[in-house]
Amino acid sequence: MAAINRDDVAHLARLAHIEMSDQELDRMAGELAVIVDSVKSVSQAAGDDVPATSHPIPLSNVFREDVVGHTFTAEQALSGAPDSDDNRFKVPAILDEA
Amino acid sequence: MTETHELIRLSAAELAEKLAAGEVTSVEVTQTYLDRIAEVDGGERGVNAFLHVNAEEALAVAAEVDAIRAAGGAEAEALHVLAGVPIAVKDLIVTIGQPTTAGSKILEGWHSPYDATVVERLRAAKMPILGKTNLDEFAMGSSTEHSAFGPTRNPWDLDRIPGGSGGGSAAAVAAFEAPLALGTDTGGSIRQPGAVTGTVGVKPTYGSVSRYGAIAMASSLDQIGPVSRTVLDSALLHQVIGGHDPRDSTSLPDPLADLVAAAKTGNVEGMRIGIIKELHGEGYQAGVENRFNDSLELLKEAGAEIVEVSCPNFQYALGAYYLIMPSEASSNLAKFDGVRYGLRVLPEDGPMTIERVMGATRAAGFGDEVKRRIILGTYALSAGYYDAYYGSAQKVRTLVQRDFDAAFTVADVLISPTAPTTAFRLGEKLDDPLAMYLNDVATIPANLAGVPGLSLPSGLADEDGLPVGIQLLAPAREDARLYRVGAVLESLLEAKWGGPLLAQAPDLAAAASGPVETLVGSQEAK
Repeated sequence: MAAINRDDVAHLARLAHIEMSDQELDRMAGELAVIVDSVKSVSQAAGDDVPATSHPIPLSNVFREDVVGHTFTAEQALSGAPDSDDNRFKVPAILDEA
Repeated sequence: MTETHELIRLSAAELAEKLAAGEVTSVEVTQTYLDRIAEVDGGERGVNAFLHVNAEEALAVAAEVDAIRAAGGAEAEALHVLAGVPIAVKDLIVTIGQPTTAGSKILEGWHSPYDATVVERLRAAKMPILGKTNLDEFAMGSSTEHSAFGPTRNPWDLDRIPGGSGGGSAAAVAAFEAPLALGTDTGGSIRQPGAVTGTVGVKPTYGSVSRYGAIAMASSLDQIGPVSRTVLDSALLHQVIGGHDPRDSTSLPDPLADLVAAAKTGNVEGMRIGIIKELHGEGYQAGVENRFNDSLELLKEAGAEIVEVSCPNFQYALGAYYLIMPSEASSNLAKFDGVRYGLRVLPEDGPMTIERVMGATRAAGFGDEVKRRIILGTYALSAGYYDAYYGSAQKVRTLVQRDFDAAFTVADVLISPTAPTTAFRLGEKLDDPLAMYLNDVATIPANLAGVPGLSLPSGLADEDGLPVGIQLLAPAREDARLYRVGAVLESLLEAKWGGPLLAQAPDLAAAASGPVETLVGSQEAK
């Protein structure tokens, strides 16, 4: 497994939508390299025959009756939003044309 | 003064009895706790366990319970055993009528339009909610130092950490600011704070307490559970919050066992208690190890059979956890986008697109540890690394489960120290994320496997006089065993100490100097 470097962190930060300063990228790259190194042994722990576990106590086919349950009013749903207009979330421009 | 101090030192079970007998009212109890919070929580050297104090509503609920009791009749008969007993709620759990911050700037001032299922159940039991407790941001940490609203202090030594992420809940209970609290445990966030504050904390079987309304960090690991000063009190609270909830698709349909009865009829005679070879010894502080051995002696004297088990794959548990947890967290925290909740920060210049607003909002709203985990999770899930990291970690999860399965064929309950050390100093590990992660080495396996765990105080370490915790683990759905064994061990230890361990904690009220700061109000006031 390759070590994580500063360019990786810059790329990941873009994917994760977190702006980072040069200073932050430097620090984060150093810290993450140490952490990634410490978890490396995990990839050698299990053979191909070991199945993956995604949930500790798996339940399948969890259904409920197809009836209308509790719903939030538009006012409730918007109550914590930073900006709204006419019963809708108001967002900045979706396309880069500002 | 002694009278009120006696009241706050009662266990929840004792308070419930006094309330039912009419010896004290819920308003008196609730007000006494609010006074205690005002006395020890604020100011420069305050415990800082609370982010928000909910005085008005708590007193109203208390008055309602008192009125029902005074009127008598069927409604009074139908009151829950904990009706009128106040409780604090970790600020990761959403509540109507109070802010929920998750310890993050990104949610500062946000009010949930709904209650978590566990909160609904507290309300149905008519338990006054004293307020919301401090935590590491989004429950990411082992010291509560990653809270955006300042660290909580350990009531045993105000210069030390109270554990984390649920340091606020544990410290509130240890400092007699609440008789009970709710916590959440993803890798040890209920049990490790319990250990370092001399309190009791339980991580129930995964899926046995609804997660609906707990702001998710890692959905396959998160579990809400009780925080208290006694084993019986945790059982009482567990009974209130547990049981199936159709709003959580991972909620187990099983009926809840009688945990209170298990705590009351504790008996370890003939029980096989397994020491996990990999979870003590090297890397564990001497005082932690000594108290662990003392407890084993007591259990042996009480008729338990002590066996040794080996869980060889636990050596990979910490690594697997630090791949699975950040992966799930990076996905769960994507919803904080500057559109639907809380903070929106506009970029200083350039085009005002949603992408750039998101980047600026998340940069300003998240703290360092949250950013680290999001980046780490994004890395572990990214193309080319997924199989090596996330995929491998999920296989380790299977191996850890198999280790537990094998161990539980020779032991009814497993036992280990809860945390490798006692409480460290504030700031000591803040710049070393990996050292911080190692605090969870003994608690993480239970989360990976979904099995229940309970931490209770096992004494004070010889070298620093600070509380040590001991952890009991049981097979999934066998939470009752934890209470059965925990209650026995607690009574044996208390007989040895001549009372509860917390009786030996320093007197915070005497230590509080300067004018009393009133805390009633929102966190903005702090």
